[in-house]
Formats: sequence, C-alpha cells, structure tokens
Amino acid sequence: MRAAPTNTALALVVAGVALTPLAYLAVRSFDRGVGEVGRVLWRARTLDLAVRSLALAGAVTVACVVIGVLGAWLVVRSDMVGRRVAGVLLVLPLAVPSYVAGFTWVALLPGLTGFTGAFLVLTLVSFPYVLLPVAAALRTADPAVEEVARSLGRTSAQTFFSVTLRQIRPAATAGGLLVALYALSDFGAVSLMRYEAFTLGIYTSYRATFDRTPAAILGCVLVALAIALTVGERRARGAAATTRGPRPAVTVPLGRARVPAFLGTAALVVVSLGVPVFSLGWWLAAGRSTVGDDLLSTTLNTVTVSALGAALTIVMALPVGVLAARHRGALVRGVELAGFAGHALPGITIGLALVFFGIRFAPGLYQTTPMLAFAYAVLFLPLAVGAVRTAVAHAPPVLEDVSRSLGKSRTETRLRVTVPLAAPGILAGAALVFLTCAKELPATLLLRPTGVDTLATELWTKTEVSAYAAAAPYAAVLLVVAAIPAVVLDRFLRGGVR
Amino acid sequence: MSRRARAVALIMALLTVPVVACGSAGGSDALVIYSGRNKELVGGVLDQLEQATGVKVEVRYGSSGEMAAQLLEEGDGTQADVFFSQDAGALGAVAEQGRLAELPADVLGMVPEEYRADDGKWVATSARARVVAYDPRVVTEAELPETLEDVVDPKWKGRMGYAPTNASWQAFVTSVRVVKGEEFAKDWLAKFAANDPQRYDNNIAIMNAVNDGQLPAGLINHYYWYAKVAENGADAVKVKLHYAGGGDPLSLVNVAGAAVVAGSDRNEAAVKAVRFLLSEQAQKYFADETAEYPANPAVTSDKHKLPTLAELNGPDIDLSKLSTLQQTLTLLQEAGLS
Repeated sequence: MRAAPTNTALALVVAGVALTPLAYLAVRSFDRGVGEVGRVLWRARTLDLAVRSLALAGAVTVACVVIGVLGAWLVVRSDMVGRRVAGVLLVLPLAVPSYVAGFTWVALLPGLTGFTGAFLVLTLVSFPYVLLPVAAALRTADPAVEEVARSLGRTSAQTFFSVTLRQIRPAATAGGLLVALYALSDFGAVSLMRYEAFTLGIYTSYRATFDRTPAAILGCVLVALAIALTVGERRARGAAATTRGPRPAVTVPLGRARVPAFLGTAALVVVSLGVPVFSLGWWLAAGRSTVGDDLLSTTLNTVTVSALGAALTIVMALPVGVLAARHRGALVRGVELAGFAGHALPGITIGLALVFFGIRFAPGLYQTTPMLAFAYAVLFLPLAVGAVRTAVAHAPPVLEDVSRSLGKSRTETRLRVTVPLAAPGILAGAALVFLTCAKELPATLLLRPTGVDTLATELWTKTEVSAYAAAAPYAAVLLVVAAIPAVVLDRFLRGGVR
Repeated sequence: MSRRARAVALIMALLTVPVVACGSAGGSDALVIYSGRNKELVGGVLDQLEQATGVKVEVRYGSSGEMAAQLLEEGDGTQADVFFSQDAGALGAVAEQGRLAELPADVLGMVPEEYRADDGKWVATSARARVVAYDPRVVTEAELPETLEDVVDPKWKGRMGYAPTNASWQAFVTSVRVVKGEEFAKDWLAKFAANDPQRYDNNIAIMNAVNDGQLPAGLINHYYWYAKVAENGADAVKVKLHYAGGGDPLSLVNVAGAAVVAGSDRNEAAVKAVRFLLSEQAQKYFADETAEYPANPAVTSDKHKLPTLAELNGPDIDLSKLSTLQQTLTLLQEAGLS
C-alpha cells in the first residue's frame, strides 16, 4: 500500500516539531562563531566525556538486554514459580526515578560511587525497557518454528539461541536503543554517583559558569551519538516478525534450573524494587509524617500534566509509528530518526530549547500546562513511536486492504481498522509515557506554570535541603502514581495484542 | 462517519478540553519572582513580602544556575520581575548580559559596599560563612586550623571532611584562587588531596559525622549548625564551629542576593520587593529562621548567637569574581577532588 498522504504529512509535521531542540542547539552553539564550537569540541575533556558516557551507556545497555531477555523469557515461557507476580514486579522499577534509586543506594552503600554506582542504578531502573517489548514479542511469536527445531532434536537451550532469540531480536534491539539513549541523557544517577559523564558536563556549564554555549555544543555531540545509535539499531533490528502465532507457545520446563531461576528473579526484584521501597519506608517511619493537603494537590497536578503529556505524545506518535510500521524508504527512515535524534539530550536542554521557542513563538502558551505537556511529547516521543510501531506492525495489513477494497478512504481505514487493532499496544505505550512524565524533573522545573508543584518538583525541593523524611511521602506517592500504569502495561501485554 | 470514528473524535475533543481550560497564567498583575533559593528556606519570607508590601506575588523555584540560563533564554519576553539568587555568580551572569535593571540608590544604600554590585545591578540579601566544624571530644581548640596551610598539615591526614559537589565548597576553592593566585591554589589542592580528605555528600552529612564521633573535623557553612541546634537543642549537639578569621579564605563570606529584571513592567513593585528583602522584618527572618548573616548591618539575631560580620574577618574579595567557577572545576579535576 502506498503511504497515505495525510498520514505522511502529519508525520513530517511531528518530525519537524521533534527537531526544534536541535534547531535551538544550532542557534546556541554558533552563538560565538564557529571558532568556539571547534574549541569546545577539540578539548581533551570533550573526548573524555564522550568515552565515559558511551562506556556507561554501552555497559548499561548490554546488562539490560541480558537481564531483560532472560527475565522476559522466564516470565512468559518458563514454568518458574510465581512468574505471574514476577511479570508485574519486574515492570515496576520503571516507576523508580533514577535520582530516587541513586539516592537510596548511596544511603545504603556510601562507598558506591563513579562508574559502578551509575551503572548499577541505571541498569536497575531501565531493564524493563527491554523486558517489556521482549515479553510482548515472546507472547505473540509463532511457536511452530520452535517446535520444528525441537522435533529435529535441538535441546531447549539450543532452540532458545537458534530460534527464539531471532524472533525477539527486533524487540530487544528497540528496547536496547531506548536504554542506551536513556543512559546517555540521564543526569540523576550520574550526578549522585559523581560520574563525570556528558550530562554532568552540561549541567556544570549551566550551574557553574552560567554559560549556555558549551552546554549546547556538548548537546550536539549527544545528538550525534543518538543518531549513530538509532541508525545502528535499525541495522541490527532485522525484519520485524509480523506474523502472529495462532496459539500460545508451550511452556518450557526449567527442570533443575527452577531454583536458580527463581532465586535470580527474586534477587533482581529485591535490588531493583525492594531497596528503594524499603529505604522510603524507613524514611516514612523516621519522619513524623505530617502530610499536608500539599500532597493531594501535587499528586493531582502530577496526574494531570502526565496524562496530558501521554495523550499528546501518543497523538503525535501515531502518524510516525504507522508510517514506520507500514512503509519503507528514506523518508520513513528520516522521520523516525528525527523522532529519536533528541532523545539522548538531558531534560534541561530540551527544556531550555522550549523556553527559547515558546517565549518567541507562543508567548500565550509559555509556562502553561499545555506547553509542559508538549515538552513531554518532545522528550518522550520515541517511547511512544516504538510502541505504536510494534502494535501496528502486529495488526494484519490484509484487514486494511479489505477496508480499502470496500471503498473506505485511507484515513478512515487508519482510524477504523488500524488504530483499533493496535489499541492495546498503543495504550501500553501511553502508560509508559505517563509514568516517564511523572518522574521527569528538569524540564518540569523550567516549564511548569509558576506556582504549580508536582510530586517530582516537591521531592527535589525537599531533598535539596536534605529534608529526607519530609521528601519520603512525595517519593512514595510518586512510586504509586507511576506504578499504576506499570501494572496496566503488564495487563495489556499479558492480554496480548488481540 | 461511523460510530467508532465518532467515538475517536469525541475522545480527541475531550483531551483538548483541559488543554484549553487551563489557560495561561501570564498577563496577571502578580509580581513574578524567580527564586534560585529553596522554597523550604525562603518560602516564609516571600509570604511575608506579600503581606507587608500588599503586592501579590507568584514565585518560581529552581536552581540559581538554571534560573539564570532561563532568564537569559527568555530575554525581553520574560515574565520575571525579580531574581532572587542563592549566589552572586548567577546574578553577575545575568547582569553581564544586560538583563538586570539598576537599583535605586536608597536600596543600595541599605547594605555595606561589599554587599552590592559595583554597577548597582544587584544587592546581597544575606551572607554565610565557611567554618570548620569539629568534635571537641577529640580536637582541642589549640589544634584548630587558622589558615589554609594548617588544613593541609599532616596531623589532619584522613581526619578532615569535605563535600566535593557542594557549591559552597567550590566557591571556597574559587576564593582561594582569587585571593592567593592560581599557583598557590593548585599547590594547596594537591596537598589537600594528598592528605586523604574524607568525602561526604553534603554539609549536613559532614556535620552529622562529626557530631556522631565518626570524623574529627570538616569544612562546612555555618548555618547548618544553627539549624541543628534549633532542631535538637544545644545540649544534644556535640559538634562545634570554629571561625578562622584573619582574612584567610578559610572564613570566606559568601552571599545570596536579589535584583530587578530589566524591562519589567512592574518595576515599582519589584523595587519594593527588593527593598522589603533588606527591611528589618525580612533581615530578621534570615537571621532567625535561616541563621544567616543579615546584609543589613542594623539587624542582629535574637535567636542565634552569631558572631558579627565584623568579627568574622573573612578574606577581602570581590564577590562577583566568584563566577569564575569553570577554572576551579578544572583545578579540582586535576587534583582528583571532583
């Protein structure tokens, strides 16, 4: 089917919007001429930061892919004890902001700093980015291929490596890309662990020298890294499996591996979820918790801005995701790339970009809730595009062809056939964006309406003056607010994409 | 349109309703203050400002550095009328770009000369001193360091705490560079690093470690101690403070300050707000609630026994020079102290 012109046009508009932070970076970088750009780029420190950031992102990505794939397989395909519960608990770490996780680990092990600390925290909060799509792929993959392999005398392990891995490769690489970009852009864990990465250099530039130019130039390097990673991921993705299994796959008995599998999963739940929850509980108990009505209003604010952010992100991701799922070609690749290019940028850079454009082109919207929702959409578009792309790819194109042959227009077909078929996956994407919005701090601080506090901003206010007991209720509610969509996510994935 | 298409359209429409409903907050007559100081610390005094001046106030809280960047990014279009900053550096950076308005002479005259910008673009609202927190159970008063050299004496090996990421520590190192020169600073940092200093996350962690007998001494800001005494009672607090004085950077006095944003269409109210921050009432708040030194010399604290600014005898330094932090960070990295 040829690309629908309406959809393509919309996707191009979204791509243009997603590129606004990059336009800002260009404006700021060349503020003081090309010479300055060269000077900052060729500083030994820039290379140093790049190497350190890439090393961290690489290590975190590898760890997350291994943990995510194994975890997903245990939850979906094995006969491990408590796998239903594990399925939910292994999604929940997504609800833990990296600064909260970093903070609890530092409190627990004060000696934990630098690369090890940042690696540990980032891995523990981001492995679900891989686990979720892989679990979904495992649920919908056609089991026939595996059965053929086994009937030809392959062991379970051999089958896993020769067949299953191939089936889940697109999902794993897509998740891995999100993890890599997240690790590059994260500031919370990196700053708490005092690991000199790119984002720390960017923040130092604002906080220490109040100078936006070097920060923007460093941001450009992050964009270049993001583009390289995204192109690399597309190479590694392989062809997406669009066939869906006619029936669920057979459960693989773990045999002697049952105990180690269970213990390993339990240990993962303890370190990724147990540690932050336990330490929050400790602070809650320590504080003579006088929770004011502040908590209620900040919770409502958080839910409102996150819901708006998620809705807007999905609306923007639909045309891009549909295009990416249904069509090939340079245009499609370019549009998708535009969506991902800014995803390695820290929130402060995106935030300042929208300050720059907002005040010039939409002064009436500047520092209003819609503007903040829009910032979230720019920040988290890739999360939603991935979800939409996968969901649409799984919707059989033949049904669209039937609709078209019955004389419906392309746009109507998209709205009446494609979107409803892909709805569960799209909703799962919305849930993912919602919880990511709820955790977001730097852009929220810059763009929220004056006087509107969210759970994340209150948490920041309290922890900045080391009022940890007072901060604990906000962190706890934030976990709960972010956990609800995490459970929803799991529900949808378990229900499968019908 | 089919039923389903109508449903989709309805959902889309519902989603846009709240977007339109939460309209712009801009354009109101409220005075907008961008505060780089924390709400927990200054929320109270800004509430008082509203009552005392009769000006309706809206406050945005953030970090001073990011707020400075935001003000510069907003340029002429900014809604901000007042910038209330945690340090002089951020004020200096915004002033340098011509984004601050000159304050009237009567406002500037409320504070001593060293507590305002040379060009009259900002004024200090309160000051804080660097001190040595020590454990009197293991450190005698005679042993306490009076100068930078004393701190790097081998007798302090492994016994001195510091907070490498803390902005006040970095400002202190900047003052070492500015007052004593680059060579001296480099040399001193190398000696400090070789003396096995104990790293902590922040000033409070250092103070608590000293209080609990885990650390003999540490370099912090003075007001944390007063907050601790106010919270736990003087008898329960074991840690004590030592003010070095003698014009040594060890007793650097740094400031928080306020300024009026250039082109503010509420300039009169903004000046009124800054004037209030220097008034007896607000200065009393800084003295009593945050245990800082009032910038207005006529005010003292009823609640805390603070030495006077004159007694502190900090280093003679132009505070706007504290904005050269990048060189400091480079030095700290080279010394392995970042």
